[in-house]
Amino acid sequence: MECSPKSLANMTLLLASKTFAIPEPLPLDSGQVLEAAEIAYETYGELNADRSNAILLCHALTGDQYVASNHPITGKPGWWERMVGPGKPIDTDRFHVICANVIGSCMGSTGPASIGPDGQPYGMRFPVITIRDMMRGIVALLDGLGIEKLHTVVGGSMGGMQALSLAANWPERAERVLVLASTARHSAQNIAFHELGRQAIMADPNWADGAYYGGDAKPDNGLAVARMAAHITYLSEEGLTEKFGRRLQDRDSKSFGFEADFQVESYLRYQGSGFTQRFDANSYLYITRAMDYFDLAEEHGGKLADAFAGTSARFCLVSFDTDWLYPTAESRHVVHALNATSAKVSFVELSASAGHDSFLLPHDQLDRVVRGFVE
Amino acid sequence: MSALRFDLAAIADQIGREKKGARVLDVGCGDGALMAALAAEHGADVRGVELDPVKVERCVARGLSVIQGDANTDLANYPDKSFDFAVLSRTLQTTNRPDQVLGELLRVADVAFVSFPNFAHWGTRAALMFGGKMPVTNALPVSWYETENIHHVTVEDFRALAAEKNAKISREWNFANERAISPLGANWRAEYAVFQLNR
Repeated sequence: MECSPKSLANMTLLLASKTFAIPEPLPLDSGQVLEAAEIAYETYGELNADRSNAILLCHALTGDQYVASNHPITGKPGWWERMVGPGKPIDTDRFHVICANVIGSCMGSTGPASIGPDGQPYGMRFPVITIRDMMRGIVALLDGLGIEKLHTVVGGSMGGMQALSLAANWPERAERVLVLASTARHSAQNIAFHELGRQAIMADPNWADGAYYGGDAKPDNGLAVARMAAHITYLSEEGLTEKFGRRLQDRDSKSFGFEADFQVESYLRYQGSGFTQRFDANSYLYITRAMDYFDLAEEHGGKLADAFAGTSARFCLVSFDTDWLYPTAESRHVVHALNATSAKVSFVELSASAGHDSFLLPHDQLDRVVRGFVE
Repeated sequence: MSALRFDLAAIADQIGREKKGARVLDVGCGDGALMAALAAEHGADVRGVELDPVKVERCVARGLSVIQGDANTDLANYPDKSFDFAVLSRTLQTTNRPDQVLGELLRVADVAFVSFPNFAHWGTRAALMFGGKMPVTNALPVSWYETENIHHVTVEDFRALAAEKNAKISREWNFANERAISPLGANWRAEYAVFQLNR
């Protein structure tokens, strides 16, 4: 489906099957306040009478609330349908699964593409947000839904940062915390790749300092390059070699030009351009910034163990051996901090060839760990 | 529930006798059999450390809190006295520095249980003396080139190590043919030994 800049600005109205208007202004880490923010969310499975079976799923950077239902723009299945559904490891016959689009994103929750108080899209006037701010929005949603305590909060990648943020800042809100392929802080390398993506967007003349909504063009080229660079970080060398090797795309020999000779080039271009159909460039800037600012220890006086001092939750962390974006050492760092507070924690490094993306792909061991942990 | 292995059963019974709801760290917890028994039968608050990711996955899948980690390095992250009991079953002889691991067990817990195969059992001695080859026995079933046991230890060696580390041995169990035997002549007669120690 083609998506004009105008319709992008109106996504808020078109896409959200459920929307919650946060009743109070949302205070932000920057000191600013977000007025009249809305959270778009999806739910799967029934909430039980004592409201004790709710599982909050936190989505990754470019994810959304469509966990186990078709994406309204791409028409593709939900991003974690293999994990979430009737009889699946996160069983919607037993659990009430909630997934909310984070603030700053573009799938119905308030973000830079939303209309600000003056009737114009925020653009770069949208306040810079943090992972904790995202969770403030989601906690407001949970309050609105009358869910005092989650059975489990689950997240991979940026979703894992949100799960850790909830555990640290609202320790009474979740009984179990499941964190996949994630980290308690963004490393210099993580920030560097994000900065590359942001600079690609900002270098696109169509970006126009973020004021492209309602215009004729949006910074698709910049956003596509940002996505291509990021996509490489989600894969492993082994995975790329397995999938593409040095094979050529629809040709028998090299073109001695700059077309997509190699399959891997063609794949990245396809990923990049496909992404621009469903994602807003300014949202990409804001959410990557939030991830870069994430350092859970810094939020709690510099010592990560102190972040978890108030917790009685059970934790489970999973890393993947080929994930170089958030490598096993980052999960271990969190595990050690949890050990230091005598928290109940499980940790396993699983073997998978697909790099960071492994948490989204079929993996029997992962399924068993998730199913067992949420029992 | 399937019956616990004999050395684990001795440890579980002793922990149950000493304290209900004890905090226990099981280092080298395997598939979590001891942890599950301690939680179910004695209300213990149990944590495990296991090197093999497949075993860790099985533990997590049965609802146990187990981290994939290494007894050689990962005990350092636990604060002093964070557990009532620490258990190291059939793992001591596989560690890089058994003396340091024993020290760590007694740092993180008030009481440690250590079990290991006794290399001075008469069968082992006979195999080496008369066969002239590294013994392959019930208690040591793997050839020298593929065994995980890098520091073979005897009952006497362990008693000496405990003395050197100023650890008091408060109880000792010895086993042959999977049955408890008297400590008399244990260094000859025991295939396995379990020690309970404290500072």
